[in-house]
Amino acid sequence: MSEHVVPRRVYYAIFSTLIVLTGVTVAVSFVDLGPLNTLVAMTIACVKATFVVLYFMHARYGSRLIWVMLGAGVLWLVILIALTMGDYASRGW
Amino acid sequence: MSEAVSRVAHHFDDAAQQKDAATLGMWVFLVTEILFFGGLFLAYVVYRTSFPEAWVEASHELDVTLGGINTAVLILSSLTMALAVQAAQLGRRKGLIVFLALTILLGGTFLGIKAVEYHHKVVEHHVPGASFQFHGANARAVQIFFSIYFAMTGMHALHMVIGVGLLLNLMRQGLAGRFTPAWYTPVEMVGLYWHFVDIVWIFLFPLLYLVGRHG
Repeated sequence: MSEHVVPRRVYYAIFSTLIVLTGVTVAVSFVDLGPLNTLVAMTIACVKATFVVLYFMHARYGSRLIWVMLGAGVLWLVILIALTMGDYASRGW
Repeated sequence: MSEAVSRVAHHFDDAAQQKDAATLGMWVFLVTEILFFGGLFLAYVVYRTSFPEAWVEASHELDVTLGGINTAVLILSSLTMALAVQAAQLGRRKGLIVFLALTILLGGTFLGIKAVEYHHKVVEHHVPGASFQFHGANARAVQIFFSIYFAMTGMHALHMVIGVGLLLNLMRQGLAGRFTPAWYTPVEMVGLYWHFVDIVWIFLFPLLYLVGRHG
């Protein structure tokens, strides 16, 4: 169902947003926010990835099944990292 | 019978169903790729939490300017890829070829800059192994950082090389006039792959280049 033609100005707007966010992530990394630095960097990266998935990859116009697939991928990535790090964090060594 | 109809394989009802199947299959592949890179990201997280100071030290050895330029180059290549897919959708053959060529050029630029960075690492003896040299208390953990750096960026670069190969193939088919607004599935599938590789870099850049830069 991805016959939807996205207007060029949408692509240009997404591109500009991604470039601006890249600049922001570099600028913020030079400011000392303590542990928040990593959180901010990862939040910006997630926002950028979301824009790419929704517009460049047309997920916004895709079927529900595509959303389920994508959700499953992200869910298992979270399980992979969360359970492993939970194990590392809860051991006495 | 039009050309588009003749391209529907016998086990599909119609072209739309065939395309949905291709798109779903590509997304399933990309999900396996998320988890493939996920293993590398997991290794990164485990070692970064184990050696936070070494991560800051090692990250300072990378060139933020080159890394930043490469991020911009890759995002621009995602734009030209999206425009190539749009040109295919609208049946603009010349636009398709031009945007594919630009995407290939930008992909090549990214790999060229990456090669310059790798060269710096070789010259500075930052490549893990017998010739590795790093002064300071955290040298061993810094070497682990660079092992992960080369594994992640190397695997990413391999995906880029494969992507450029796929794009060259699309260009050959595009020049032969194989794609029409009714059938341009390969262009769209390669586009999905290319954007995925872009997303991997979007995470690699801050995780590798921007650790503790304020220090």
